[in-house]
Amino acid sequence: MSRLTPQNVALATEIISRYPRPKSALIPLLHLAQEQDGYVADDAMAHLAELVGVTPAEVLGTCSFYEMFKRHPVGTYMLNICTNLSCQLLGGEELLHHAEETLGIKAGGTTPDGLFTIEDVECIAACTEAPCLQVNYRYEYRLTHDDFDALIADLRAGKRDDIPAHGTLGLIRQHITPDRVGGIEPPETAGKPAWFASREPAADEAGN
Amino acid sequence: MAHSNDYVPWAPGYVDNEGPKIVSSRFVHEDSYTLVRSLATGGYDGLKKALDMAPADVAALVKDATLLGRGGAGFPAGIKWGFMPPTWPRYLVVNGDESEPGTYKDRLLMERDPHQLIEGCLIACYALGLNQCFLYVRGEMALAQERIAQALNEAYEAGYCGKNILGTDVSIDVVLHWGAGAYIVGEETALIESLEGNRGMPRLKPPYFPAAKGVYYKPTIVNNVETLANLPWLMVNGPEEYKKYGSEASPGTRLVAVSGHVKRPGVYEMEQGVVSFRTLFYDDNFCQGIRDDNALKAFVPGGGSAPWFFDEQLDLLQEGRAIGAAGSMLGSGALMVMDDTTDAVKAALRLVRFYARESCGKCTPCREGTSWEEKILQRILDGHGRASDIDLLLEVGQNISPGVYPMASFEAEGLEAVPFPPKQTTICPLGPSSVAPITSAIRRFRDEFEAKIPADARALETAGAEGAAS
Amino acid sequence: MTATEPGTGVAFTLDGQALEAKPGELLIEAAERHGVHIPRFCYHPRMKPVGMCRMCLVEVDAGRGPALQPSCMLTVTPDMVVNTTSETTTKAQDGVLELFLINHPLDCPVCDKGGECPLQDNAYAFGPGESRFVEEKRHYEKPIPISDLVHLDRERCILCDRCTRFASDVAGDPLIHFIDRGNETQVNTFPDHPFASYFSGNTVQACPVGALTAAPYRFKARPWDLTEVESTSVVDSTGARVALQSSRDELVRILGVDSDAVNWGWLSDKERFAYEATNSEARLTDPQALVGDEVSQVRWDRALGAAAEALSAPADKIGVIGGARLPLEAQFAWSALLTSLGVANVDAQLGDGLPGDVVAGLADATIAEAAAPNGVVVLLSADPKEELPTLYLRLRHAAIEDGASLVELTARPTGLSGQAAASLHPLPGAVAEVAAALADGATGDEVGGVAAADLASAHGLLTSGRPVTIVLGRANLAESPDYAIAAVAALKRLAPEAKVLSALRRGNIHGALEMGLTPELDLGATPAVVTGLDTEGILEAAAAGKLETLVLLGADPIADFPDTELARKALDRVSTVVAIDTLHNESVAAADVVLPASAAGEVDGAFLNLEGRLSPLKAKVTAAGQSRPDWMIAAELASALDRDLGAVTLDELRASLSAAVPAFADVDWTALDVATDGPLIDRTRSWSPSLPENVAVPSADGYGLRLVVDRAMWDGGTMVAQSASLASLPAEPSLGLALADFEALGIAEGAEVLLEVAGTGHRLPAVPMAGLPKGAARIPFNLPGFDATALLSVDRPVTDIRVTAN
Ligand SMILES: Cc1cc2nc3c(=O)[nH]c(=O)nc-3n(C[C@H](O)[C@H](O)[C@H](O)COP(=O)(O)O)c2cc1C
Ligand code: SF4
Ligand code: FES
Repeated sequence: MSRLTPQNVALATEIISRYPRPKSALIPLLHLAQEQDGYVADDAMAHLAELVGVTPAEVLGTCSFYEMFKRHPVGTYMLNICTNLSCQLLGGEELLHHAEETLGIKAGGTTPDGLFTIEDVECIAACTEAPCLQVNYRYEYRLTHDDFDALIADLRAGKRDDIPAHGTLGLIRQHITPDRVGGIEPPETAGKPAWFASREPAADEAGN
Repeated sequence: MAHSNDYVPWAPGYVDNEGPKIVSSRFVHEDSYTLVRSLATGGYDGLKKALDMAPADVAALVKDATLLGRGGAGFPAGIKWGFMPPTWPRYLVVNGDESEPGTYKDRLLMERDPHQLIEGCLIACYALGLNQCFLYVRGEMALAQERIAQALNEAYEAGYCGKNILGTDVSIDVVLHWGAGAYIVGEETALIESLEGNRGMPRLKPPYFPAAKGVYYKPTIVNNVETLANLPWLMVNGPEEYKKYGSEASPGTRLVAVSGHVKRPGVYEMEQGVVSFRTLFYDDNFCQGIRDDNALKAFVPGGGSAPWFFDEQLDLLQEGRAIGAAGSMLGSGALMVMDDTTDAVKAALRLVRFYARESCGKCTPCREGTSWEEKILQRILDGHGRASDIDLLLEVGQNISPGVYPMASFEAEGLEAVPFPPKQTTICPLGPSSVAPITSAIRRFRDEFEAKIPADARALETAGAEGAAS
Repeated sequence: MTATEPGTGVAFTLDGQALEAKPGELLIEAAERHGVHIPRFCYHPRMKPVGMCRMCLVEVDAGRGPALQPSCMLTVTPDMVVNTTSETTTKAQDGVLELFLINHPLDCPVCDKGGECPLQDNAYAFGPGESRFVEEKRHYEKPIPISDLVHLDRERCILCDRCTRFASDVAGDPLIHFIDRGNETQVNTFPDHPFASYFSGNTVQACPVGALTAAPYRFKARPWDLTEVESTSVVDSTGARVALQSSRDELVRILGVDSDAVNWGWLSDKERFAYEATNSEARLTDPQALVGDEVSQVRWDRALGAAAEALSAPADKIGVIGGARLPLEAQFAWSALLTSLGVANVDAQLGDGLPGDVVAGLADATIAEAAAPNGVVVLLSADPKEELPTLYLRLRHAAIEDGASLVELTARPTGLSGQAAASLHPLPGAVAEVAAALADGATGDEVGGVAAADLASAHGLLTSGRPVTIVLGRANLAESPDYAIAAVAALKRLAPEAKVLSALRRGNIHGALEMGLTPELDLGATPAVVTGLDTEGILEAAAAGKLETLVLLGADPIADFPDTELARKALDRVSTVVAIDTLHNESVAAADVVLPASAAGEVDGAFLNLEGRLSPLKAKVTAAGQSRPDWMIAAELASALDRDLGAVTLDELRASLSAAVPAFADVDWTALDVATDGPLIDRTRSWSPSLPENVAVPSADGYGLRLVVDRAMWDGGTMVAQSASLASLPAEPSLGLALADFEALGIAEGAEVLLEVAGTGHRLPAVPMAGLPKGAARIPFNLPGFDATALLSVDRPVTDIRVTAN
């Protein structure tokens, strides 16, 4: 499997409908593909190319620019350990090395059981909570090495059902019921909103 | 209400200290992100107020308040809004890509009070006369995406967003968009490229100033999350109230994140332009001192891209222009504190490595220069440095950022401050940012660099040089 | 480049000199125009600037103090002060250059680009830098093929975005792209999606370093032993300007030359690489004639004698087919010879074009007019992307960048469908009705398979008051040309001011028409005194035993005439076939006398392109074997037949051409040799062609599908087949059907089907062709493995086929 499933095609269509131009939906759609397969497969990229009307090369060009998109399978749990300055100052690199030793893999690697992938990442905006990491983009703060070991144990024991498998981001999606849509148009046809025109002082065309 | 002057458990790192709270007032409530709580605490009153005014008047009000941008450049929102040519369609893009090293505030605002942000977006859209807003949240922030999605669903449902807002003829769509991991996408033109589904590579300014040629090359305003989060309060209380806080040049409050070697690292909402670095680092109402009462070695006043400050600068007030003149920038309210146990070379390398990894690769000096800098620093740290490497680092920096690089005054050596910003051979400021830690660290701690260069390397080199000469 | 018109200039200071720039002119261009070359890598004059490489940084003061600015992105503003030599400027440029070099391999000696590489040149100028980089360089697998024709060496790539910009912006084939990020950024294709573009060679030419190399040229020569002349491509009638480059008297490379009027420096891969055929096995090098009953190699005089003898047959028993391959002077010589012999049966076309008088009488537009900003272009032709690729690029640019509106009135979707404002695809035979409906403003209901809405939008555009150009050619070889003639007549009725751009595709066909090598016209494109037979008539007469001599003047009727059976019969039946050609082909094989002609690149001459622009053909290498220029062959035949052409040298021929044909009276033949756009000849006519508007459309005979047969760039033609690098490119033959017809006929996509025409059956895989009208079927002309001409017959104005599964 790696082309989008029918359900996901439906989702993709809804996402595309929220943008003035289909290609704008590409990054959310690549996330959708990654959520489906745990990584972004070539066939998925080719399928997305069809959905937004570009070539597969263009999809790959976008996909490969962003580090969250993995073009090969990774662990069920992606451990993103921050080593940027704020975390480095408080033991981020030591935490990374501890993780590498306990899991027996280097940053970028995946454990043989396919459960964990470690990455040495840049600032994840939790600088005051250093050292910190993300498991599939869910935060763990101010970790001691024991905290880390406990975390791994819990994940192994399946005790963290608050953390979905790699690829899933927000568990709630934006959904606009058709009757509530304000009206989304391609830039070619979209014009000045009537409500604004009616509120403009005749003198000031710019409206600001 | 009384402030606990302590951490708030459900808002990791946020300290509810003494002082006015404009954007973080709801953080003390565990359910602050729900529509119920928002409405119970005055949510969307600002929007109602705005809808009763003419859009132009709303814009004028924002201009009057001199609401400074909180994304880094500190440019007044009201004035930026005025740059839009009178053409449609036009767009608002909310910059929630927060990834500048040391920066942690927009995520809190999105996770803890998404309705406040959405209300801010709607007010801005109304003032600017546009009906589509994109809320671009950093890819790695799953919870923020979830909270905003939920809030948007509630807001659409309840008629605060979308078609015929609050029963008026005003219709505005706010669309949640999310990234996929690329610091450069925080730069506004790269953000726009990314929003078009492309590689997040910056456009050249000129000619592509977003206000005139942004999303789909149509007029576009890009504002930071915190900037817009100020609007609801501002609408309800008005510019006069707003200007009662902070300094004249920088009214209001801002969120700062202090990380590193302080006793109480945290996110604080404080008045702009009136609090000195010393107060922020040492006062009980803030960080309560350097850890283990160590000596301060250096600190980064405004995110990884800012040249470092030292003891000499501790008494400066945190005011944009003053800091710029002193050789650095307030940037994104990200302060990183290093005590005297810090290895300056290691710290510099870590920041340089960030820029090397995050370079988009579009322009040559940054693509090639930042990774060259990283390689040299790494060699020095690994003990394979050459004596000439220290000056080479500075010269590579010159290829990216020619001329004298901004720096703080350095009394011990009687050096004057060089004001911010740096010159650049690059398209955007990312490349030049990599030069900040290098110049700062080498200028102040050159001995630490030299100490890491093996003595024999020096000998070897001179020999080599002679060999080449003969 | 032209100087600025007085008054309009923008005053600025460049290195202390007070100068003028054109309004809106980029600094890098203005400086160039004033003799200051600012180094650059990403900037390309025919592409949108991106300001990425930063090599062109210069110190500019536009009022707010001096600052470094990329001169490729900066338009000159009044009183701008520019310093291209200041310390700041030099330091910045040197710095950027050093950063380019740190990861660039030092393999110049083995690099195709070595010796003509801006990076190498700048590096010598700069010197040190390199040594300061002791780190490991970036490494990639050495050259990888990104298509059949292009190889990519990512280690040499400097990421200037030229190839990728060309692919997406100019060619519309975004199949190569930046992949990955930062210092790992590379150019590449999507896995298993090669850079299959008709224009891929342009990326090789645009690449400022040796990262992209062309398979046909790799390691063939070194820049320093190359010499070059500027000439014109004879591959199609666009007449793209080219530079012919040779090494050791062998043509090894063709580059596009930036002609503002014609090809803007671009070439299709056919124009760029098809020269390989002239050095191929199939090249004719020796005269041949019947020895006993064997056609074998003979001396020139013997072969000429045999040909002369065949030409001494009664004039009405002689037919001459071809002439579009010949340079203008040779066409003139042949025209004069045939007139002196009284031969009227001459046709430079092979029944696959349009009547010569129709085209000569209507064509009055230039490429620039057709591609003008804000114009309306009607495609009443085949797909320009397949037949006239460089014209296609100009039209595409007009539609995308300059607000031109395209109206497709074509048998099937074309390469421009994506850019078309209205796409009308009438069923074969219906194009005349559709055009009439437009002319009559009858846009209420569907006509000939075209929906009312499309008629309406087309009608709106044609009556919008914007300048209209009709691109007129032969859209469908399975359809009588009468329909296109009626259609253009109707369109002219609707838009009398509309101009017409000829889309007759074959080489120098427009020269042939001016020289009267067509039955309806005499020399100078004047109405023929005696109207002879056209190719169809000639072949029919020959097949019926009414002709003795058939002269093939660079023509291969067996391959090209849309009725192979008839062509074969004709060649069998006449007593003597004289073939004058450069390459061996099936028709040459049937000849009794073969006169080897010198090919493009081997002879001097002139070329008249589809807009009536005269440009030079230059000799670069020695003619192959014993081959002789066509004009010389004509002259020798003339003397063998005691006819006096009044000229025995090329210059004399040119002189008498100027004397004989008013349109060429003031041509300065020597000026043709300089590298500027050639002159447009006057094509105003004292006569106008008759354009019958009502032609009957045979009612469908119940067979079901109406056939569209048209050309693909990569076909089974001798030129492609004999070019080693191109021979593998033609697609598998297939039958294109409208999506709806798959259900209607109960056929699975890709399944092999049986198609029957006039009783005979053939097998082809059926493939969906989006946009093709229901009830139409498309087969590419002359693909290896399937001869579509076998389906065609001159007796059928449209061709109906029956298609059944299995
Ligand atoms: C390399 C780079 C990264 C940036 N990252 C961010 C960011 O993460 N968030 C942000 O709001 N602004 C960021 N900015 C600033 C934006 O370009 C832009 O100035 C800002 O979003 C405008 O909003 P404001 O006027 O409300 O501050 C960045 C700028 C640069 C050059
Ligand atoms: S400076 Fe760096 S990030 Fe900015 S455009 Fe250039 S390469 Fe990209
Ligand atoms: S030529 Fe101007 S930046 Fe490359």
